[in-house]
Amino acid sequence: MTTIDNARPADGLRAGDARVTAPPSAGAKKLGGVVGWVDDRLGPAKGVNYLMKKVFPDHWSFMLGEIAMYSMIVCLLTGVFLTFWFVPSAGHTTYDGSYVPLQGVQMSEAYASSLRISFDIKGGLLIRQMHHWAALMFIVALSAHMLRVFFTGAFRKPRELNWVIGCILSMLALIEGFAGYSLPDDLLSGTGLRAAEGFMQSAPVIGSYLAFMVFDGPFPGEAIIPRLFSVHVLLLPAILIGLFTAHIVMVAVQKHTQFPGPGRTNNNVVGFPVMPVYAAKAGGFFFIVFGFLAVVAALVQINAIWVYGPYDPSPVTAGSQPDWYMGFADGALRLLPGWLEFHAFGYTLSLNVAIGALGLIPVMYGAMAAYPFIESWVTGDKREHHLLDRPRNQATRTGLGVAALTFYGVLMFAAANDIMAIKLHMSINDITYFFRAATFVLPVVAFWVTRRICLSLQRADRNLVLHGRETGRIVRTAEGKFFEAHEPLDEYTRWTLVQHDPQEPLQLTTGVDAHGVASPAGGKRNLRARLSRFYFQDNLLPVTPAELAAAHHDGHSTEHLEAIEAAEESYGEETAGITGRP
Amino acid sequence: MSSHQSEHETTVVRLDDGHHIGDGGIPEQFVNPGLPPHVERLSDLSDMGAKRAERQVAGLFGLSILGTLLFLVAYFAVGTHDRSFVPGLGKIATSNLLLGIGLGLGLLGIGLGAVHWAKTLMPDAEVVEERHPMRSSDETRQGFVDVMRGGGESSQLFRRPLIKATLGGALGLFSLPLLVQLVGSLGPLPRKQLSQTMWNGTPAHDGTYEPYANGFPRLMRDPENLPIKASDVTIGSVYHVLPEGLLPDPETGEGGLEHGVLEEKGKAAVLLMRLDPSQFQDTDGGRKAQAWGHEGIVAYSKICTHVGCPVGLYEQTTHHLLCPCHQSTFDVTDDCKVIFGPAKRPLPQLKITVDGEGYLVAAQPFHEAVGPSFWERG
Repeated sequence: MTTIDNARPADGLRAGDARVTAPPSAGAKKLGGVVGWVDDRLGPAKGVNYLMKKVFPDHWSFMLGEIAMYSMIVCLLTGVFLTFWFVPSAGHTTYDGSYVPLQGVQMSEAYASSLRISFDIKGGLLIRQMHHWAALMFIVALSAHMLRVFFTGAFRKPRELNWVIGCILSMLALIEGFAGYSLPDDLLSGTGLRAAEGFMQSAPVIGSYLAFMVFDGPFPGEAIIPRLFSVHVLLLPAILIGLFTAHIVMVAVQKHTQFPGPGRTNNNVVGFPVMPVYAAKAGGFFFIVFGFLAVVAALVQINAIWVYGPYDPSPVTAGSQPDWYMGFADGALRLLPGWLEFHAFGYTLSLNVAIGALGLIPVMYGAMAAYPFIESWVTGDKREHHLLDRPRNQATRTGLGVAALTFYGVLMFAAANDIMAIKLHMSINDITYFFRAATFVLPVVAFWVTRRICLSLQRADRNLVLHGRETGRIVRTAEGKFFEAHEPLDEYTRWTLVQHDPQEPLQLTTGVDAHGVASPAGGKRNLRARLSRFYFQDNLLPVTPAELAAAHHDGHSTEHLEAIEAAEESYGEETAGITGRP
Repeated sequence: MSSHQSEHETTVVRLDDGHHIGDGGIPEQFVNPGLPPHVERLSDLSDMGAKRAERQVAGLFGLSILGTLLFLVAYFAVGTHDRSFVPGLGKIATSNLLLGIGLGLGLLGIGLGAVHWAKTLMPDAEVVEERHPMRSSDETRQGFVDVMRGGGESSQLFRRPLIKATLGGALGLFSLPLLVQLVGSLGPLPRKQLSQTMWNGTPAHDGTYEPYANGFPRLMRDPENLPIKASDVTIGSVYHVLPEGLLPDPETGEGGLEHGVLEEKGKAAVLLMRLDPSQFQDTDGGRKAQAWGHEGIVAYSKICTHVGCPVGLYEQTTHHLLCPCHQSTFDVTDDCKVIFGPAKRPLPQLKITVDGEGYLVAAQPFHEAVGPSFWERG
């Protein structure tokens, strides 16, 4: 049928090729030995068979979560190594290690042991740098993974819970990272803790009590290092591993989502089985991530703690910056104006600090976790979704995502306002004023632009389906007219562009009943209808076969007769092909 | 092709009429065409291709072995303190470089080899697995309800409200002891510790300050711990200052605090600057600043009123103090009022004077809490 004409060129070239079949290798055995012994007692063969045959769909973006997972494992592994030499104590000592500039300097045991790891333990610096790089990579990868999940709608039913778990994981990863880089007790990390203590003090009513509880008295005290240590190596890793395990088990139970394409439906998974393909690919990828981190740790220095010196509350380094993932919170603190601090009745409410330091992260992650439920309420979509959205087909969601990302980006870059001022020779005040305005303006602009781009892409898709691919072949008709011949898409390529569900705004009845009485739920319903219009009103519906037929028909007046016939023939074949299928 | 003509006549619509859904002559939506034809790889088609892939995979695994060997050799042969010059990176620790490259190659070889193996030699035909709705069947759900209700019935939970109520109470309360222990024992109450500093008196073990018996302490340079003569402070200079008695004597090494050096420093640190008296602004703040200073020498808390970073940057020409953490800017000519950034309150001023020998001393403690805001600071 149509497959020969429309098939990809490579298929045509190799149409006559035949696969070389290898003879079966000898040595297939029955289950015995140690594995047999275990199976006699626990019977794992049943479950393992099931797992090994599980099919995972292939797409590069599905690796982002894998990178996060492997970076986390590298963190755990290198972290265990570090605990063997790190001394989590603020006790005073005099440095006598091999780093000459600090010899004889008073410092904490935590800092002295971090220096020892960096200079006197063979391979210690490598492990320490791998740990730090892996932590950064972990948060980069999990953020990219979250963006992938968001923009493709993978969070929709039945995966809302896993999205919520992912949000918690992501938030805890930030705190875990902050706890980690605060441990070496160098000047930079101590300054970070100094600010953290200020954050705690800003909590309304309980602030000073909270700070004294956490630091066991006035800042810095000697308790914070051992306490952070136990949070960093015990409490948070335990929660992270628990939630991460639940995350993975849920992926296995619900089966991975897949991108739409020919042969892929909401009721199947098309991909490769774990044994052998995914075992090799995913297992191999672990080694690639691990190896990449080792090479980076060998070549690129990170957090040179010896440069800053021991913590002292009085000096400070200019250009103090947190790790990148804390940048957005730090940026918010730089942008929040001082007038948000209020004094009344002998009490102080320091919202200029509390909003950025205590409120921002929970509110941001809360909004993210709530999004799937909000969207499903607005769209009224309660079905299971296993096929991913192409981001362009969800213009409003994609716009909202980019707007949120822009908001985050503005805050993050605001944390570098001092660096920008120095490097660009600009006034730090102007830069800060710009960022203050940008926090509110740029997300709106980003939303509008992204949404328009998505709608244009929808139109481009529609055009492509209706009029086919440009061939670059210019045809001159007998009357001297010129036109470029378009070639209809093959059915596989076309399917990806037309497979999505038509989405239209919810049609809700008015909130007034037959007797003219307004329903008490009317306001809520109106809001929902308005939001639904906001989501879908400009969306293009997927091209239908009738429209495609019409497009071919329409083209007749402008094109050459032969081209018409060719188009009609392929149209006939296509429709025959389509109707011929059940 | 026989149905071609009739469809043509019944279903063709004009595109400018808007969206059109078919009327049955042509299907309403496109139909999923199924998986595209499979394209064989070179390694499936020819023995030569497969052999080449095998050699590539083996080469990558071999590279891994070499990498591991490199690590082992470097570990034993290279000292921790050896440095070597690498173009583009500068002078770096040889041991770190070789160990990392060795470990990295050892791991990357395995990973790249396995992935290449999977892509070239393992089956590349996609497999289809069916999905089933996540929801349990109605019978299973009913079964679940029956089991749980049955448990409730047979344990008599529903019929014995006394048990239900007391169990609820007990479960609701049992975590309280753990919570109380944790919250109650993590740290002491702040009391007045955030409002007082070593300028108030000598620190006692319970966090209070015993007032100085004979006058307030001298201002001492940090870290030299030497007193400051008013005449030595020139215009444009800035001193980092701590109260006398915090650090040990620079010559004998005696004196100074035994405990809580960092804690006291974190509250008592002061910046000392000298301005030409004409540079103070003619405002209430400017006049007060001058009155609390000594001949244009003024002392301000170094702890930022935003979140407590040391206000470490001083612009000599404008007399602005800038906090490097969040860029709060304080104007020294106007009693350290905030002129930019997220802080709200001015830096607290330490009232100073000179003693009989001409050294700067505090005239009184800070009259408000230094550092970041908190609820009850007033």
